[in-house]
Amino acid sequence: MSHPVELVQAVREGQRLALARLLSLIENEQPQGEAALSQLYPLTGRAYIVGVTGAPGTGKSSLVNEIAKALRAKIYPGLHASRPPGVAIVAVDPTSPFSGGAILGDRIRMRDLAGDAGVFVRSMASRGSLGGLAHTTSSVADALDAAGFEVVLIETVGAGQAEVDIARHAHTTLVIESPGMGDDIQAIKAGILEIADILVVNKADLPGAENAVRVLRAALDMAGNVGGAEAGWQVPILQAVATTGQGVQTVVESLLRHREYLQASGLWRERGQRRVAAALEARLRDRLAERWHAAQPDGRYRDILARIVRRELSPAVAVQEMLEDEPAPDAVERHPAERAGARR
Amino acid sequence: MSQPTIRVLIAKPGLDGHDRGAKVIARALRDAGMEVIYTGLRQTPEMIAEAALQEDVHVVGLSILSGAHMALVPRVVELLRAQGQGQVHLFVGGIIPDEDLPKLKALGVEDVFGPGASTQTIAARVRQAAEGRAPSPGP
Repeated sequence: MSHPVELVQAVREGQRLALARLLSLIENEQPQGEAALSQLYPLTGRAYIVGVTGAPGTGKSSLVNEIAKALRAKIYPGLHASRPPGVAIVAVDPTSPFSGGAILGDRIRMRDLAGDAGVFVRSMASRGSLGGLAHTTSSVADALDAAGFEVVLIETVGAGQAEVDIARHAHTTLVIESPGMGDDIQAIKAGILEIADILVVNKADLPGAENAVRVLRAALDMAGNVGGAEAGWQVPILQAVATTGQGVQTVVESLLRHREYLQASGLWRERGQRRVAAALEARLRDRLAERWHAAQPDGRYRDILARIVRRELSPAVAVQEMLEDEPAPDAVERHPAERAGARR
Repeated sequence: MSQPTIRVLIAKPGLDGHDRGAKVIARALRDAGMEVIYTGLRQTPEMIAEAALQEDVHVVGLSILSGAHMALVPRVVELLRAQGQGQVHLFVGGIIPDEDLPKLKALGVEDVFGPGASTQTIAARVRQAAEGRAPSPGP
């Protein structure tokens, strides 16, 4: 399986170890992974991609576990005609900014899914990304899509207010709240509530659940329901208790209803396109930065950085200079190799 | 990226409910820059092998305090090999009688750490084992 072609073949045959290896290659941004994913790309675009986000401790992993269980329990004709849908889960946890290490603990809540060959759970560390996902999460989801899973659930890092990347990478975004998380001002701040297609108040057996629902409802009404953004979809606010499974079937039905709504309204295609555009733009940005770095004489970047630190140069002017390919005067003094370029 | 980040599965097979040690190790390996998948208590060997496969880890660490290591470890080894993951490095921590050490090592366990083992030593051993593997976690 050392060659992308063999790897692709094995993934298409449903070999789980091959899939796991492919995901590692993608996550580590190895050329073989990119090559294999490029070959698999025509097979993507079929899975229903659901983002699950919310503050730490609201019960994202537990709810993802329950949603996956409910999906696996019966046939949903919209997802697969003759068997329960295959479900892949990508669970992202934060990377330590100090050590670069991470503890990926989402599986603790997903033990019910062990032993089911129709489920594949993969943990990912965010590896420095700040939007609640890892840099390669989208590509990992593509690989799982190509491997034939009908549903891909992406669980973000425990998110606060600004980690809204998931909305660009999923068809449907589920935002999980729990009672006692904040007052109505929290709810009308910009950010995570705005990206919700479906809101779930988890831990609904705790005191304050009704109040949380009311506050969220008021916030959504005030915002003219910007969350769903589109006319024709009223963002539902559901209650669930992930530890007992209460309310989970309703969440699943709501997901499927949203999927149908997306397809009927043409938004399915639009969101798919948004997803592709986001991935394309990120890749383009990376490659351009890489290419720029590679084309620079040794030390130029460091020198410019030093000048910014000394406040001799503002970041805005620095970037202008950098992109004009016009080495800064100081750098010319220090790097004779650059003079040729400057005189051009 | 020359060396991919080391991925380690820390699992507690069997029925004992004492996971302090496993958590200390998970934390120490995190602080050593590794990605540690922690699965929680009371895992069966089948669950551990499945997680090791889906997560494509370089290293599996088993924490066993129940005395059942001679039943659990061989089963994990067998399952990992059967699914094509014979190359995964296996470590065991916990309360393991001296006379079982050679038997575990003969099964392919890389090392066994008892009470008092320093977390630095463990992290260093894990890194050494993992980096002995080809730089690409290539298939």
